[in-house]
Amino acid sequence: MAAAAAAAADEAERARGRRAALSFAAIAVVLGLPLWWRTTETYRAALPYADIDGLGQLPFQLAVPVAVVFAPGAVPGDLPKALPFRDVQEMEISVNLRTSITSRYEMIYRSTTAQEEAALHVATAQEADAALRPLQDASLGALTMYVVPETSSLLPQGISVYVGKHRGALVRAGGGLAALRTRLRQLTQVMSFTASSIAAALSDRVPDGQLGPDARRHLKSSLGYEITFSLLNPDPKSHVVDWDIEDAVSRYVQPVLDKLSLVANFSVDSQILYYAVLGVTPRFDKESSSFLLSAHSLPHVINPVEARLGSSAASLYPVLNFLLYVPERSHSPLYIQDKDGAPVSTNAFHSPRWGGIMVYNVEAPASPQASLPLHVDVDMVRVMEVFLAQLRLLFGLSREELPPEFLLESPGSEGLADWELDRLLWAHTVENIATVSTTLTSLAQLLDKIGNIVIKDDVASEVYQAVASAQSAMARLAKGHLHSAFQASKEAVTSSERAFFDPSLLHLLYFPDDQKFAIYIPLFLPMAVPILLSLAKIVRETRQRKKEPTKMD
Amino acid sequence: MAAAAAALLLLLAAAGPGRAVPGRARRDALREELLLSPLPNGDVAAAFQFRTRWDADLPRGAVSHYRLFPKALGRLVAALGVQELHLALTQGFWRTRTWGQPPLQAPAGAELWVWFQPTVTDVDKAWKELSNILSGIFCASLNFIDSTNTVTPTASFKPLGLANGTDHHLLRYAVLPREVVCTENLTPWKKLLPCGSKAGLAVLLKAERLFHSSYHSQAVHIRPICRDASCLAVSWELRQTLTVVFDTFSSGQGKKDWSLFKMFSRTLTDACPLASQSKVYVDISPKNKEKELLEVTPAPASVYEAIVQGEKRTYAVYDLLSPSLFNTSRSLNVQLKWKRPQDSCYIHYQPAQDRRRPHLLEMLIQLPANSVTKITIQFERALLKWTEYTPDPNHGFYVSSSVLSALVPSVIAMKAVDVEQSPLFTSLFPSSDGSSYFVRLYTEPLLVNLPTPDFSMPYNVICLTCTVVAVCYGSFYNLLTRTFHVEEPSRGGLAKRLANIIRKFRGVPPL
Repeated sequence: MAAAAAAAADEAERARGRRAALSFAAIAVVLGLPLWWRTTETYRAALPYADIDGLGQLPFQLAVPVAVVFAPGAVPGDLPKALPFRDVQEMEISVNLRTSITSRYEMIYRSTTAQEEAALHVATAQEADAALRPLQDASLGALTMYVVPETSSLLPQGISVYVGKHRGALVRAGGGLAALRTRLRQLTQVMSFTASSIAAALSDRVPDGQLGPDARRHLKSSLGYEITFSLLNPDPKSHVVDWDIEDAVSRYVQPVLDKLSLVANFSVDSQILYYAVLGVTPRFDKESSSFLLSAHSLPHVINPVEARLGSSAASLYPVLNFLLYVPERSHSPLYIQDKDGAPVSTNAFHSPRWGGIMVYNVEAPASPQASLPLHVDVDMVRVMEVFLAQLRLLFGLSREELPPEFLLESPGSEGLADWELDRLLWAHTVENIATVSTTLTSLAQLLDKIGNIVIKDDVASEVYQAVASAQSAMARLAKGHLHSAFQASKEAVTSSERAFFDPSLLHLLYFPDDQKFAIYIPLFLPMAVPILLSLAKIVRETRQRKKEPTKMD
Repeated sequence: MAAAAAALLLLLAAAGPGRAVPGRARRDALREELLLSPLPNGDVAAAFQFRTRWDADLPRGAVSHYRLFPKALGRLVAALGVQELHLALTQGFWRTRTWGQPPLQAPAGAELWVWFQPTVTDVDKAWKELSNILSGIFCASLNFIDSTNTVTPTASFKPLGLANGTDHHLLRYAVLPREVVCTENLTPWKKLLPCGSKAGLAVLLKAERLFHSSYHSQAVHIRPICRDASCLAVSWELRQTLTVVFDTFSSGQGKKDWSLFKMFSRTLTDACPLASQSKVYVDISPKNKEKELLEVTPAPASVYEAIVQGEKRTYAVYDLLSPSLFNTSRSLNVQLKWKRPQDSCYIHYQPAQDRRRPHLLEMLIQLPANSVTKITIQFERALLKWTEYTPDPNHGFYVSSSVLSALVPSVIAMKAVDVEQSPLFTSLFPSSDGSSYFVRLYTEPLLVNLPTPDFSMPYNVICLTCTVVAVCYGSFYNLLTRTFHVEEPSRGGLAKRLANIIRKFRGVPPL
């Protein structure tokens, strides 16, 4: 009897022990694990991964509003409808296998108003261009084309298309609607964008080999640029060189930059560097008794000079360098040779995405015993012509090869026609959006790959902001609102860069696994072993108890 | 002569057409200067100063055109609204006791203090940005300047240049004592000079010599100054200074003679063509009637006297811009010699190389009678590699004893004796004559206690943690989960049975 009571008490005691062990395990699992999980978790705000992925496809639609205005007597006979009417033409630009861009030309065909008619009754095309300007749609990206009669004397002989300084063009009628349409399409592409200019803007995504040699020349789109003019005088003992750079900048460079201020912020400065030599020793040519720099040695010229240029420590914008090199007395005159061995007429060359260098030879004095140093005043007109041409080239504003019947008005003192600005804006908007998509995609991939990175709320909000701005830029591009699309794309770039370079992303980046084990093992091992052992014991006992009744039978 | 002048005029007219004066009025000027001063203990200090003065304002965000003033610093001043900037990078410490008053002292490491213009709204942000940019320009770790090591002194660091007000909220001061100054800091400093290191005094700035010295301090000072006496307009002044102390005395076998070539391993060949003044000053002030001892070659063209730091000093002046200087020889190598042979004194010092050879210092000294001479050597304690510690590192490390060899004059004159015949105990050291005898003394070895790390610390911590956690938790766990049950009284173990047998024999009831 006592033995039975003792067995019962023993059994109760054993059940208590089991319950204690189970509750230990339960506390560890229910309380300990979540507590550990919560306290060691990195904070990761949610990001719009799907939207970022959508951006990566670059579903672009570029709409160009074009007004085609027929002067009296220029209306082709085979028009499908009576004027005015609308027409939409689409063109597909394929960038790579995944991405292709649709460009829509929204044409409005109408006849001239009385004012326009009066403006077209002038002697020359230039005057007509100036008179028509206040009558045009002044918004960025909108083009107006005036079709003048075939016999019109506005256009010079042999010229059928005249592109003015602003956003208007004169087209000579003739050859029916189909011929006019091809001509208009060609003209629209010249004045807005071509497949190659879009491909150059998306050069990161275009597979190698499909790009022309010029595509990688253009400067990347940026919120600002710094332009530095440097005069290199390697031989101050022989030459005292003066350049009136202040006047030259305000006279020639500033008008262009004022016009470009819509695209980015510009800052200009200049410096004179002494004892700065080129990295290549020029070759002496006996025939012309001059020194020659051959084309294949030009890549080595820049590096030693670059070290002295003084990087722009005070800002993050890309720098455009324009160097005027006055060769030392022992190496002058110095001429640059092109690939065929002929001297380059401007004596200058440019380096893609970097800037340009011009060699300025000092005329040797009449007698060799002339007193040194020699005073030299640089002819700034000659120099600035070259530098401005290089500046246009670096911004991708070089004029493409056109059929001979096209006549482009020279931009004059502004250095830049309105439609060229539009071209730049089209390309930069597309490039900005592509940059945003690349930045956000790589950020998303990085965050996905490395779980240790903290994503704070402000980083997440910047990402959301960038996505929203990029989407609105795309929507505005599809509507043909170039200016607001460009502004939105700039905001998107700013936000995405801010998110990508946020220092808070790096806080917990380097937290290797072996350190984790070193910290956790002394804590977890002594705790886990008794729990696991007693759980194993409980399992073993319950199994035995289940077997016992079968034995009884 | 008249014909030559006429030809010259014609040529000038051809070179600058339509201009009466060739070249326009310069708005910036460069002056360079080198001051060489022998120090009281025989070392030589060389202090370079390059001053670029620019008669222009540096407005924020406007187009600027730089000629002599370096663009990197000009942009910095303009962009961040800097009123005054003083940056010094120093290696070593100026030992006032042995070298006298310093011409320009700076604390060891990096020192930066800046006055901002009153238009700057967020001074802390500008200060942070400035230190980051400067660390990029000078390749120094100035980016470690943050709020923890920045102070705003209220009394001490007043502006050195023009200043409208001295609201000390616009001042920031920071020192980084750990900063090590080396070649990578010197190169960008040299790059700021208009002539670089290609011409002028800067030719002497050869890094491997400058850093093989006891003290090296380079600094940049930017401040606004008055343009002229009426002080209606502001000019900007950039002073680049570099002070270096060469230990010519101990490395030159105890001789106090020096020359430019010996110190810099270069000589001066020309002046910087952009400099309006380029001079070398050599301190030849007479010290306690030793005037006749000094000899400077080549003979200076002029002598300049001034009162510097409360003392009258005399300087020999060499003007690099004067054409007569380079007439006789192509290069200028200033030399200073002491005419009378100096006290018989010889110092030979061979510095140690880590893990390869020890230090060797030999000195030949004539000791006055009845005097005490103390020779002290300073040393630094350094941590060794952990494998280099002996098994009992706390015992310390021995430095071998120093040796003193002396010829002591004998009180009694001895007559010369045959070495072979004399007793052995007198004949180990040969003596030239009987008037002196040779003595070699050794000092005690020195036991130096080096800093010793606690080698077992990490292991101890891990062990202790594991043990504590395991013991506490384990016993607690055991206590709670152990099953208690009543033990049936059994017949007992071997001991009990043995005891019962014994008790049986004794007649006592068993347990």
